[in-house]
Amino acid sequence: MCMYKMGVIGDKDSILGFKALGLSVFPVTQPEQAARLIHRLAKENYAVLFITEPIAKDIQETIDRYSAQPFPIITLIPNNAGSIGLGMKGVKASVEKAVGVDILFGERG
Amino acid sequence: MAVMRVNPTRMELTRLKNRLQVAVRGHKLLKDKRDEMMRRFIDLIKRNKELRERVEQKLTLAFKDFLMARAVMSSEVLEEAIMFPTRKVEIKPSIGNIMGVTVPVIEYKEVTDRELSPYPYSFAATSAELDGAIAAFSDILPLMVELAQIEKTCQMLADEIEKTRRRVNALEYVVIPQLKETIRYITMKLDENERGNRTRLMKVKDMLEKKDATI
Repeated sequence: MCMYKMGVIGDKDSILGFKALGLSVFPVTQPEQAARLIHRLAKENYAVLFITEPIAKDIQETIDRYSAQPFPIITLIPNNAGSIGLGMKGVKASVEKAVGVDILFGERG
Repeated sequence: MAVMRVNPTRMELTRLKNRLQVAVRGHKLLKDKRDEMMRRFIDLIKRNKELRERVEQKLTLAFKDFLMARAVMSSEVLEEAIMFPTRKVEIKPSIGNIMGVTVPVIEYKEVTDRELSPYPYSFAATSAELDGAIAAFSDILPLMVELAQIEKTCQMLADEIEKTRRRVNALEYVVIPQLKETIRYITMKLDENERGNRTRLMKVKDMLEKKDATI
């Protein structure tokens, strides 16, 4: 049976800990490097990729390219400096797309 | 609403009536689909938001622990400590289906060797902060996988809902009124022709009768 893998992409200081859990860890510093990595990993049986928000911020178009197909799933996670709200923005965007208006985050503006 | 450019014939009328029937049925089906997808979407997106909040909060805490661990240990020692993980995460992705939308489903399994400790290093050389951080990370991981799955599902569902809504609106506000209008136009035109024909016949009959009377 072909086993799929999970990968974490981000700055080294944040993501190194996931290695102890058996995930593949790919430290990157440059967004371009990350974009190339995503394309490569998508071909290599990676089903889930976690990307830290500061890296994901600059490669939105690369991430969007995989949004139409079920795999790989690309999910944003905060890094060790805390969340910059990019992941939540994604959730908000899908609500707006589906419903037309924002019904979940309305109370916060 | 603009009338389509068609020949006002009986054949065209039948064709358009059939098209209208199909359009109305399609509209009803798509509307039902949209409503049901919306219901599912609302459930999922609520869970998505909740999960994301939880994951972000917990992850931030875990990263803090890990940062502490990195601070108190030299990075060589730390990297060496976690270089060979004793556990493996296995995921089995498959394709699910929500209202005709293909969505990812992930079966998540952690493979741990019972003989081995979950920590891939000796406690002598590492700090307690690292243990805490690793424990926190492994707590979060199942949540993260679930978040990944649900978030993707929500994205794909949102795309599909948008498409369906466009189709429903196009049918409801453009196609169906246009068809109705055109059908009306053809019916009127045919009726008018019929009336024209009838008057002509009556006129001819009149003329013939007059001619008969004079002879």
